[in-house]
Amino acid sequence: MTQVDKTTPYGIAIREAFQYLLETYPEAFTIGQGLWSPWYVGNSMTDLDKQFGKDRVIDTPVSELATTGAALGAALCGYRPIVIHPRVDFMLLATDQIVTQAAKWRHMFGGDVAVPLTIRGIINRGGEQGAQHSQALHSWFAHVPGLRVVMPATPGDARDLLIASVLCDDPVLYVDDRWLYEEEEALGPIVELDLREEGPRRLRAGTDLTMVASGYSTKLCVEAADKLAESGASCDIIDLRVLNPIDPQVILESVQRTGRLLVVDGDWSNCGMAGEIVARVAETIPAALSAPARRVTLADAPAPTSGPLERLYYPDTDNVVTAARELLDGPDVRFGDSESTMRRWGT
Amino acid sequence: MGATPHTPEQSPSTHLGSLGDPTKHHDAIVLPTADRDWLVDALRTMHQIRAAEETIGDMVTAGRIRCPCHLTIGQEAVPVGVMRHLNAGDRVFGAHRSHGHYLALGGSLDKLMAEIQGKDTGASRGMGGSMHLIDMERGLFGTVPIVGATIPITVGAGLAAQMDGGGAVAVSFFGDGATEEGGFHESLNLASVRQLPVFFVCENNFFSSHLHIGLRQPHDSVSRFAEAHRVPWQRVDGNDVVAVADAADRAVTAMRAGQGPQFLEVVTYRWRGHVGPRDDLDVGVRRSDDLHTWKLRDPIGRLAAALVASGVIGPEDSERMRADAQAEAQKAWDRADRDPFPADEALLDRVYGGRRDAAQVREA
Repeated sequence: MTQVDKTTPYGIAIREAFQYLLETYPEAFTIGQGLWSPWYVGNSMTDLDKQFGKDRVIDTPVSELATTGAALGAALCGYRPIVIHPRVDFMLLATDQIVTQAAKWRHMFGGDVAVPLTIRGIINRGGEQGAQHSQALHSWFAHVPGLRVVMPATPGDARDLLIASVLCDDPVLYVDDRWLYEEEEALGPIVELDLREEGPRRLRAGTDLTMVASGYSTKLCVEAADKLAESGASCDIIDLRVLNPIDPQVILESVQRTGRLLVVDGDWSNCGMAGEIVARVAETIPAALSAPARRVTLADAPAPTSGPLERLYYPDTDNVVTAARELLDGPDVRFGDSESTMRRWGT
Repeated sequence: MGATPHTPEQSPSTHLGSLGDPTKHHDAIVLPTADRDWLVDALRTMHQIRAAEETIGDMVTAGRIRCPCHLTIGQEAVPVGVMRHLNAGDRVFGAHRSHGHYLALGGSLDKLMAEIQGKDTGASRGMGGSMHLIDMERGLFGTVPIVGATIPITVGAGLAAQMDGGGAVAVSFFGDGATEEGGFHESLNLASVRQLPVFFVCENNFFSSHLHIGLRQPHDSVSRFAEAHRVPWQRVDGNDVVAVADAADRAVTAMRAGQGPQFLEVVTYRWRGHVGPRDDLDVGVRRSDDLHTWKLRDPIGRLAAALVASGVIGPEDSERMRADAQAEAQKAWDRADRDPFPADEALLDRVYGGRRDAAQVREA
């Protein structure tokens, strides 16, 4: 085994991306609430204002709409701004600028207008924060043509996909998750990726079950796969990474081999990303499934504040393991008694 | 003792005064002694805008246009006056009623007509129609119909101009209806607190869609919002192209000197309905009397009368310009009519930059 000298936490990896962008690209700047008091964003932007100055690290009034619109305007004028929304919930006040302005600008003006805008929406939940300090909503935004949606699950992606987002000439919603900030990984040198070339990636190769997830849910899948491996089950894990535009090829190839699909998503189920993945498989390779596809998502309720309800609300590793076991232990619907199988899975 | 409640009083920033009275300001405008060439150009451009709008209106009536068109007839002095003092490098944003902004910046009439017809040769390559016009080479960075949406975007262009340090300014054209959107107030505050070179130009034409400002706001002047955000403001007769240009000159000069954002309320009147060529659409009974009186404050007629009275043009010249502009508009329409529509591939090819993504190519 190679000796790992140093690992980098996810939050610090994000900060390294900012450091690199602000050092390397004079047209890069960042703007949003709390940037001169960056406890708002965990350890991911500490002291950037001291290092790069308050004209490139801009704190703002509580005006999500104007701040996002201003970043879009600067992007149209050749800058590469990164707007920070410390919580996705508050970012919704800027929805017009994200969905109806930034995402449309290129297409409705003929296809040649560059919109190098990155919007960083942070999922910041748990801790009994409740309904209005907990939302993810990446599925909503992944619905919108013209808006690239990126969700890094690993420190390496947190760093390199942020850089790729900023260097991309399309608007990108980059969604990171505070629950991942302490996750560590040994990182190589920074690589400038072309976001157009990036998409879902196989994190782990397995033969019995395909797990698909993004962001924090990918971590749940990795932990669940470790537990399942103890009982001899081998899982293929696909980390979505880029939710829109989606390239399902890696997922389809995986399900062709495993015949079983479990999608884990830290968002609601109805019209959600998990459903989209199931639909891609169902409409492309329906015969490949040897068991009904399965989703593990948030409960279809606003986030509660009460501790026990909160534990019920968010999927954890055990929920993923249980769902995976049910999929793996069920009979093969292609050859077995499909009627009793359907009853058993409650679908 | 309790505090004394403050009663909102009528103040200079809340009340339009005589500018809001359509029986006033009908006479020929006062011309400066210099700039005679520009004044003639201004008259020609205002005729061009009105003729283009009338041609477009006729085509809507004839069923040749389906795309919603919001006509700026009666408001031609505003874009022509404001653009007078803009330079290359300044960035302008507009809204749904922006054919005039596009033409006043020197945008191609052919491309306007082509865009409205959805042709590949249009200003936005046929992807935007009347409500989404762009001409970045001439400084028009986009017009969109979501009310107030380009105001914060203009603030960002002002931020870019400030970062560039070259003295450029960003100009936002919007209507009085946009002052009822929250983003407008956020934008004024943000531009003010960061002292950005953003020129907020509100065309107060008294109507937001079908609803008169008297039914929407407690005051008839929107300059009070600038005052609240500590942005210097001016209010002018928007149907006097010289007054508009002079006010824009003062504002732009201040912004180029680093004095932060400026606000201009131009008082004008929308002659046609909110959308389309009819002048009575959904706007209530009282409007028909008002409209007749407001037409006596015609920005083109008042400039032409002043130019004739001062001997700069002959008595027939304005009418000749009008006829020429009308012929040009019709020719531009006919040329665009023969242009091709975008190819089917444009639907997916123009969503993202560079090229289509692998998945899109596979699915197409």
